[in-house]
Parts: sequence; structure tokens; C-alpha cells
Amino acid sequence: MSDLNTLTISDARDKLRTKEITAAELTESCLSAIEGADALGAFVHNTPELAREQAKAADTRLAEGDAPAMCGIPLGIKDLFCTKGVPSQAASGILKGFIPEYESTVSQNLFNAGAVMLGKLNMDEFAMGSSNETSVYGNAVNPWRRGNEEAALTPGGSSGGSASAVSADLCLGATGTDTGGSIRQPAAFVGITGIKPTYGRCSRWGIVAFASSLDQAGPMTKTVRDSAIMLEAMCGHDPKDSTSAELAVPNFEAMLTGDIKGKKIGIPKEYRMDGMPTEIEKLWTDGAEMLRAAGAEIVDISLPHTKYALPAYYVIAPAEASSNLARYDGVRYGHRAQLAQGDGITEMYEKTRAEGFGPEVQRRVMIGTYVLSAGFYDAYYNRARRVRALIKKDFDDVFAAGVDAILTPATPSAAFGLGEMKDADPVQMYLNDVFTVTVNLAGLPGISVPAGLDKQGLPLGLQLIGRPWEEGDLLNTAYVLEEAAGFVAKPTKWW
Amino acid sequence: MSIDRDTAARVAKLARIRVEENDLPALAQEFNNILGFIEQLNEVDVEGVEPMTSVTPQRLKRRKDEVTDGGYQDKVLSNAPDAREGFFAVPKVVE
Repeated sequence: MSDLNTLTISDARDKLRTKEITAAELTESCLSAIEGADALGAFVHNTPELAREQAKAADTRLAEGDAPAMCGIPLGIKDLFCTKGVPSQAASGILKGFIPEYESTVSQNLFNAGAVMLGKLNMDEFAMGSSNETSVYGNAVNPWRRGNEEAALTPGGSSGGSASAVSADLCLGATGTDTGGSIRQPAAFVGITGIKPTYGRCSRWGIVAFASSLDQAGPMTKTVRDSAIMLEAMCGHDPKDSTSAELAVPNFEAMLTGDIKGKKIGIPKEYRMDGMPTEIEKLWTDGAEMLRAAGAEIVDISLPHTKYALPAYYVIAPAEASSNLARYDGVRYGHRAQLAQGDGITEMYEKTRAEGFGPEVQRRVMIGTYVLSAGFYDAYYNRARRVRALIKKDFDDVFAAGVDAILTPATPSAAFGLGEMKDADPVQMYLNDVFTVTVNLAGLPGISVPAGLDKQGLPLGLQLIGRPWEEGDLLNTAYVLEEAAGFVAKPTKWW
Repeated sequence: MSIDRDTAARVAKLARIRVEENDLPALAQEFNNILGFIEQLNEVDVEGVEPMTSVTPQRLKRRKDEVTDGGYQDKVLSNAPDAREGFFAVPKVVE
């Protein structure tokens, strides 16, 4: 078999366990796929030697019959995760040359389960962006194109490299992180599945921090089943993250029964936006019908504060970012500016940060600094945190009324062209997260499932939002939607 | 509320990011666009609502105050742009 890289995680696991294939063969197949895919800009630091070493160790474990589900599965790791001995720079110039002396808990959990790392994946700088265009490495490119056009499209962001790599079969799965939609929006743009678990499910230790009260890691995979398998390996309590939940991790895959009879699925009226493309409107209606046909009850619900989620997010996330990114000062790691004669420590900070941070990161750090500054803290930051409490209450009320999950579109459009938003106001780019950002503010699990193609042949996704800590139930509903939608399209290889 | 050039300069200073004089007007304009978007929050009645600190109703965990890690100065310094004699080196801080 020459195209092992196109396998799903679950199929590869089964073939590895029956010795039909080896982890070494599987890894080689992915490494060759990566070699021919420079045009996608997905992998930014390749680790073939480490991958071969890990694959060999996985084959030994498999031979000994000690094979967790992820054993021998080749993955890409988002550049936001610190990986020991491997460059980890959050796609920022300010962390150029940074080589961690430690491993993030999530990547360590995956390695403990036998997973293989093929390399680090492109992303928006510090995960700030929705198109992967703020990366110091250059753009990641969507494997999908509009019809026969050659225009390069965005794979979404911030986990754009992860999305591109999984969609193009360069790896079997990838890690992503999601602060406002950075797993779910790119997953939707490239026709794959991505889940952001409940806040606290995955340890944030060793993941470069953007907005600590919103950041969560999650898997990006080819199928819902794969997300269930990979999420289980990623999460779990970690004493090194004080917000990590002390809860047992269920066997998510075993919860994919395909039975959602009697489940109540809410359709929030506030997500029906002016100017929403009719195709997305139709996809949403069709998705609801599919769940109804599977025995779920579809109910109209209201989440009245939805409209205020994005503005609240653009206070809270930059505020937290301005604090988190204060550590990049040219002293302990990464870039330090060349200083002129007589420059003191303040000049060193200011020059280092001006050179090291890209424009979007600078913008958000400064907005965050402003909303936290004396005289504005109450008017902006505290008000946004109050609104956040109301947004969470909207969800609490709906769940208390018996709703099991909420169905919405994943994104307001299909993938757009790279460069298309170049002259747009930053706020226009922020609107990409309009359907996903509420979920981060409320700390809920959310999953994006590919559900159809638009008239130009680009994938579109639907989002399901679940109750806190009930990822298993959410994955099961997503599994039913996936089966019913029957999305099997793949991009035509041009790279 | 509108941000002028001086406010933009003050924010850049607080954030320790050097912004060239010529770039300040454009920066102020960008701030105004984003803050204009954020102003919508003023429509919301937040009377009596506590600002959210954590999405899960958990108390921040505590641990014993004891040394559990450390003793690897070389690792700590391994990524430093300038390390000398076991310390991070920076330009003169105090005159």
C-alpha cells in the first residue's frame, strides 16, 4: 500500500494491531506526502528523525501487544505547543530560535500513548488571526480551490497549518488550539472535523498562552471517530495547570452509539444573521432535518446576548494577551533587538517587541493594554466580563430547559482567498468567529463537522455545541450528523 | 470616546512597543475602529451582574508551598539571548 497517509486514525489503528501495516511504513508514507507538499505551507519545522524513532518504538509496543489507540499514529503538532528539543515559536518572530527544554502536557500525553510527531504546523502568530496570514512563516494554503480556479484560498486560522495538513493527508490528525474558533473555523474551511473540548479538559501547560481563560487544545481529524480517539489521548487532569479539571476521562469512542433518539437539539434564532449566504442557511436547515430524522427533537431556542459575544471577546482576549505576552521582552528567550549606543532597558523592550511582534499581535497587545489601563478598566474590561457572565447564563438557561446540544453553522462563509481581506478593517476579519466565539466565552465544548459543499465546490461545516463535560454525548450527535451528511469529498491534488 | 495621537503614543509606551511618530495617526484610527465595535457593550444592562472570573465554578486550587522542581540553571538559560556567568544579562538598569 502506497497511500497509507490517507488512512483515518481508526483504520490505521486496526491495521497496526492486526500487523497488516507497521508504524514505520505509515510514518514513511506521511513523510513522503509532506515532502511533496511545500506549496501548502503546512509544516514549518519537520522532524523526520524523531518521527522514525517514535515509529520504531511504536512498532515495538505493538509487537508486545501494548498498543493504546494512538500507538504508531503520525501527527502534526501546532507550533503553539512547546515540544522538547524542537523549535516552537508560535509562528512569531519574537520566539525565533526558541527550543523548549520541556514538553507540553498534551503532546506528552500523545507521545505516552505512542503517537508519532512528524513536525510542527503553521498557524497565525500567537494564534491571533482567522486566515493564517499573520504567521512569520508565511501563509498556509487550503488544499481546496474554487472550481477550476487557481487562486490560493485560506485554510482558516489560527490552526491553518493543522487544517491544511489533515485535509491534504499529510498526517492522520493534528493538534489545534481554539481561543475564539481557531479549531472549528479552519476545520470547516477544509472539510475536516475539529473539536474544542470543555475549558479545563485539556491541560494548557506548555502551550504558548494567548488568552488563558479561553484557550483550549483539541484534535483536528478526518472523522468524528478519530476526534473521539485522539481527544481521549490528549486530555486528563494535570497538576501543572491549576484550571485543569479533576475529572475522569471517559472512553469517548465507546460513546459513539449512533443513537440520539429523544435528544433535544436547539436552533438559536440569533445565529440567523443578515446577509448569511443561502447555501449556509440551507445547510443548517438540512442538518436539523438529518438530526430530526435520526430521532432527535428540534426546538427553537434563544441566546439573547449572542450579538455581544464578539465585542466582549475583543476586550477580554486582548486584555489577557497583553498580560501573557508581557513575558516577551528580549531577556529570557527568543529575539532581542540590536541596541544603539546608550540604549537602556526600556529601549531594549520597546525595540525588541516592535521588531518581534507582527502588526496584528501589536494591535491586540495595545488594545489589551488600553482596556486594562487606569480609568478604562471598569468601562471596558469589567463590563466585558459582566457581559460574558450573561452570555454564559444564556447557555445555562437553555441547557436547564432540557436542551442537549445546539446546532449552528460553523462559519459565516466558505474559505476566502488569501489576500482578499488585506485592506479590510480588522473588525471584518474578526467576524469570522461570530458563530464560534460564544462557545469559548462560556467554556463549552463545540465541534465542527463537514456537512456539504457550496456551489463553487468548497466545504462547509456545521457546529454542534454541547453541555459542559459532555463531549462524549456531543461527539455522538456529531457522529450521527456526519453519517447522515455523508461528506466524503476530498480536494483534488494540485500541490 | 475617541483616541487621539497622544493617547496612541501613551498606550504604545505602556505596552513597551516602539511605534514611529509617523505611524501614530494610523494606529489611533485603528484603535478607534476597534473601540467603536466594542462600544456596543454599552447597550447591555449589566446592573447587578458580577464580572466573570472563571467559566467553571471552581475555586483555584492550592498546593503546598514547597520546592518540587529546579536545579537546572543551564536549561533555564539555554534560550537566553545573552547569558553570562549563570545569569541573564541585560543593559544597565540602574544608573
